[in-house]
Amino acid sequence: MGVDLLSYWVTPYGMRVQVALAEKGVEYEFKEENLLVGKSPLLLQSNPVHKKIPVLLHDGKPVCESLVILSYIDEAWPETAPMLPPAADPLARAHARFWADFVDKKIMDGSVNIWKSNGEAAAEAAKAFIESLKVLEGELGEKKYFGGEGFGLVDITLAPLMAWYYAYEKYGGFSMEAEVPKLMAWGKRCLERESVAKSLPEPEKVYVFVGQVRKMFGLE
Amino acid sequence: MAEVKVIGAWASPFVMRPRVALNLKKVEYEFLEEEFGKKSELLLKSNPVYKKIPVLIHNDRPVCESMIIVQYVDDVWSDAAILPADAYDRALHRFWAVYIDDKWLPSLFGLAKAQTEEAKAEAVEQLFAGLKLLEEAFEKLSKGKGFFGGDSIGYLDIALGSLVGWVRAMEKLNGFNLLDEAKTPLLAGWAERFCAHEAVKGVMPETEKLVEFAKVLQAKWRSTPAN
Repeated sequence: MGVDLLSYWVTPYGMRVQVALAEKGVEYEFKEENLLVGKSPLLLQSNPVHKKIPVLLHDGKPVCESLVILSYIDEAWPETAPMLPPAADPLARAHARFWADFVDKKIMDGSVNIWKSNGEAAAEAAKAFIESLKVLEGELGEKKYFGGEGFGLVDITLAPLMAWYYAYEKYGGFSMEAEVPKLMAWGKRCLERESVAKSLPEPEKVYVFVGQVRKMFGLE
Repeated sequence: MAEVKVIGAWASPFVMRPRVALNLKKVEYEFLEEEFGKKSELLLKSNPVYKKIPVLIHNDRPVCESMIIVQYVDDVWSDAAILPADAYDRALHRFWAVYIDDKWLPSLFGLAKAQTEEAKAEAVEQLFAGLKLLEEAFEKLSKGKGFFGGDSIGYLDIALGSLVGWVRAMEKLNGFNLLDEAKTPLLAGWAERFCAHEAVKGVMPETEKLVEFAKVLQAKWRSTPAN
């Protein structure tokens, strides 16, 4: 039965899983769920609680919630490209989990309001977004990746930013390069990895998609 | 100087989680209680990102976020495993723990904060719907044993069990059962078992005390202009 990923090309949560599977060298079938059209019976059956993508199916068994999926992938295929620091360093592991969680709580959760709203709400969302990115930039420091020399959990979790940043910039009215240059440099290093390059769509494509969704919601 | 410290507060379900984990591992720790309404220097220094409890301090190094602390405790002390051995079971424990924090707990909080009968009814409906899902999850994960973790308290037991005190308080305040033997018999039995466990008994806040505390909070929320 193998590995299937129910996802859609534009979702950053799905991109994380694609990057992780590529890093691990795991073959899988990408089953597209077109969010603009509806939800397949397979999706509804595999994620009855949330009815959301991404969903990883491993020999037919569904795993839901992108960070849970990442942990699962790391534990199911432990021999290649470990996402976490070694078991002998539980503190470093806790820190990696903390910062991956921070990405979701403080960056991803609020980011949708940058483009799904207008005026004050969008400006507030952009402000909070930039503030949190700066905190992350501080955490990165002079390291090559958040995982140090090795590309790890936090890197995988945040990498999809490099597909979405252009849309955020345009709708948020700011420049990523001006606000978080070190983070953008990190992002470019990530894009040099094949796993990231082939999992992330062109930022321009994402920007066009966002424009279409905004029209659908009457925001333009 | 204690090697392990937990910064927290008696009423917080999040704080209960690392305490249960440490108790399961039979690890001694110093409990540093925060004063209600204030944040200590140590807390602000140890958790500069969120400034929230709980924080575990181990050999002077802080770990934050309750379920991340639980995993850390499981990683450091290998006795009495908290996360299941099987990778897929681990994914299920983690999935439901996220559900509890992202969806179920906000509904419980919603019930506590509800100022109209309508708002209450909506929160209660969501809570019962969630409990039904958790009952099914229990049946699947417990494999006929007493806890989500099987024979022993596991990751998901800690995530949900830490809320039982507040569930009981809401039951008392509202005059009905949330954990109902008729509706969710497995969870009702599990809750008793969890509360009676030696790793939990000493850190589960008393229902009466929580009821009083809830009344204080509710008065505060009512007096604050619309949020």
